Amino acid sequence: MADTPASDAFVEFERVQKSYDGETLVVKDLNLSMPKGEFLTMLGPSGSGKTTCLMMLAGFETATHGEIKLDGKPINNIPPHKRGIGMVFQNYALFPHMTVAENLAFPLEVRKIAKDEREKKVMRALDMVQMGQFGGRRPAQLSGGQQQRIALARALVFEPELVLMDEPLGALDKQLREHMQFEIKHLSDNLGITVVYVTHDQTEALTMSDRVAVFNDGKIQQLAPPDALYESPENSFVAQFIGENNTLEGVVESIDGNVATVRLDDGEIIKCKPVNVSKPGERTRVSIRPERVEYNKERMSDDAHTIKAEVLEFIYMGDIFRTRLRVAGNSDFVIKTRNAPDQVRLKPGTQIEIGWLPSDCHALDA
Amino acid sequence: MTTSSTDPGSMDAQTSGNGAKPGPMLAADGTPLKRSLNRALRRQKLRALMLIAPLLIFVLITFIAPIADMLFRSVRNEIVQETLPMTVEALKSWDEETTELPDEKVFEAAYYDMFLAAEQKLHTRLGTRLNYELTGISSLFRKTGRAVDRFDTDKYVDDFAALDPSWKDPATWAAMFANEDIAKALPQTAHLWQRWTDFLQTKNEDPAKEDVEPFLFTSLYSELMAGADVSGLSPRLEQAAGAVKTFTPVSIEQQFIDADKDWGNHEVWATIKTYSPAYTPGYFLNAVDAQLTADGVSARPENEQIYGILFKRTIFMSITITLSCIMLGYPVAWLLANLPMRTANILMILVLLPFWTSLLVRTSAWKVMLQQQGVINDVLVWLGIISDSGRLIMINNQFGTIVAMTHILLPFMILPLYSVMQTIPPTYLRAAKSLGATNWVAFWRVYFPQSVPGIGAGSILVFILAIGYYITPEIVGGTTGTFISNRIAYHISSSLNWGLAAALGSILLAAVLILYYAYDRIVGIDNVKLG
Repeated sequence: MADTPASDAFVEFERVQKSYDGETLVVKDLNLSMPKGEFLTMLGPSGSGKTTCLMMLAGFETATHGEIKLDGKPINNIPPHKRGIGMVFQNYALFPHMTVAENLAFPLEVRKIAKDEREKKVMRALDMVQMGQFGGRRPAQLSGGQQQRIALARALVFEPELVLMDEPLGALDKQLREHMQFEIKHLSDNLGITVVYVTHDQTEALTMSDRVAVFNDGKIQQLAPPDALYESPENSFVAQFIGENNTLEGVVESIDGNVATVRLDDGEIIKCKPVNVSKPGERTRVSIRPERVEYNKERMSDDAHTIKAEVLEFIYMGDIFRTRLRVAGNSDFVIKTRNAPDQVRLKPGTQIEIGWLPSDCHALDA
Repeated sequence: MTTSSTDPGSMDAQTSGNGAKPGPMLAADGTPLKRSLNRALRRQKLRALMLIAPLLIFVLITFIAPIADMLFRSVRNEIVQETLPMTVEALKSWDEETTELPDEKVFEAAYYDMFLAAEQKLHTRLGTRLNYELTGISSLFRKTGRAVDRFDTDKYVDDFAALDPSWKDPATWAAMFANEDIAKALPQTAHLWQRWTDFLQTKNEDPAKEDVEPFLFTSLYSELMAGADVSGLSPRLEQAAGAVKTFTPVSIEQQFIDADKDWGNHEVWATIKTYSPAYTPGYFLNAVDAQLTADGVSARPENEQIYGILFKRTIFMSITITLSCIMLGYPVAWLLANLPMRTANILMILVLLPFWTSLLVRTSAWKVMLQQQGVINDVLVWLGIISDSGRLIMINNQFGTIVAMTHILLPFMILPLYSVMQTIPPTYLRAAKSLGATNWVAFWRVYFPQSVPGIGAGSILVFILAIGYYITPEIVGGTTGTFISNRIAYHISSSLNWGLAAALGSILLAAVLILYYAYDRIVGIDNVKLG
């Protein structure tokens, strides 16, 4: 999985394991390396071990086994305050008894930076997050979004090379969250810092990251750039977890190079791209993205595979239409179509024919 | 950029609604909104009041009213007026600044008052009261109470009886003062007769059968001598009025001084006069080692000053106990707050365990531990740290009180500290460390300031409990480790000087309230969290 050469790796996890109770592993054999300047997101459901990994990197948890390296040096035995890693916490953890400026000055103070220098840096950091005039306020007097900015500024004010963010936007409402996503992304790009970002929100992961590590069950399921993750998931967990996905279950009939033939449970034979199926007779889940399914005969390409479907529900969502169909016995088959002027609105109960390209159809593990 | 940030100003503008419109907000039916709101809330408030009513009444009757009454005793002083009404009146014209004794009139008034008080056995109570202000008055009153019966004023009885034997008959007196004109002509004697007959009636005795006491004759003599106009009222009286000038006068002053020469002491009279008003600051002055004399307020003699020392000691020891509780309780609370819930709950039971043990048992246990032949001394001797002859004195002094009370009050410090610490998320410490702070700096700069409200709440609780503590200092305090409350208890149950006890209690209460107020100004009571 270490697809970056170890030589220019900035952060490295080597065979890291973590157990809290000595019976179960929360993190199982984690290997990860990231270069300087990368924005890497650890994505996964709660309990998947992503936060534990972050805490081990920050130094608040010790790895049960394995080694974590920062800039080539093992940091297992370095206490958190000497690691020089900036961190943004889920609930910001702004010190309530200090003003915003005092909060920002804190990391500089403990580094014994002279007062005038300190003030300059605090001011610069506040301006960076456009909070210049809020230095005298207390955190409680700020809105969630403002607190978020301050937490960010505090994590950056002492110019760390690595910044960790533990679901920093989890407490914000949707609109503000989306706004902050771009802001954080731009900030990290401009400053050239390395960011490890933890979230369970897949849109956040896709929009912000250079690479996303999908965690489940204490393991990285896939580590890839967002587009690769979305378009060619390596297993059915990733396919399910990232974006919306239609699943059809069946058995592999044959595999011929880049094409696998699958007999679905209702007898239909379809062709798809084999991803992690290896031999005929294996059970498989076939994954197709809703927006890759076409029902307009005119737009369908010639080599599209077609299949009969029954319209069950039509939902108008503004920019798109969402139509639920029964396909090959699966009544949760969803297709999404753009709300174009010439688009047909399907009526529930009608029988239609839908089609997709075999290359958009992934045969994954069952 | 702050599109979604809420501006407090705009919020206010929204809630106040159509602020541009003049006049009050109106409800849908046209009544002012405030009034309809109040009406809507009244039922709710009434129900709330009914719910607390039983407790409120209970507390009022059993707690607030008795305390208020008790505290009121610290200024009440009607006893002098009630026991010596005529003396108090007569003393008004006496100038206590002079070195002269009061005149015969005052002595005469004192004689009447004293006689009646002695009959009702009230004089000893007053003597006890005045003895707080001037030592010796108690025995003076007791002695005089016995002597007042045997004053030479019975000579007047004989003199009057010589004029007309019917003077000795109580029926004569009863008939005489039934006549309103006579009562008007001889107001003082009439008044005394009234008091006398009232007193007899309360004893279920018939005034018509009791001997007429010499003090009534004295009053009659005195009024007739002063020229009371009795002409045409009764031949017996007219005859007496004509004859009194031939009587040999008896000096009441001399009678008093014969009974006890202290009556010739200017100070005694000054004390009675100073404490004659119904309300007195005397108890409070006493409680701060001062006294009210004829010359105004002055400090008590050095050897009588004890309350200042006691108050200072009480406060000093309470502060020491509070600090000890902080030192011992803070780490425990920290541990409890940072352990997993299950373990913390088990340990919390250990903290609360002392509450399930009797206070007396715990205090007595300290007696066993700390005494010279006690466990700790034995162990130290056994270890050879101290010699057998050099056993440490750890009980019946301040040390013993501080140790025992710290132990007893510790849970009151731990509980608020724990509940405050529980609300401090561990991420603050992590954040501080990630920002480069060492463990100590993270604790001191980030954690500790946030736990201050807990320290404040615990300190207030412990200090207020300590300052009024009684049982423990009583048992282990000896003479040097007792508190002001022990003195209050002494005055309540032994010396029976309730006024002084009330004054001391009031000062204690005021001190606590002042401290509470000061704390509110400095730390803010809103910052105090008990849970």
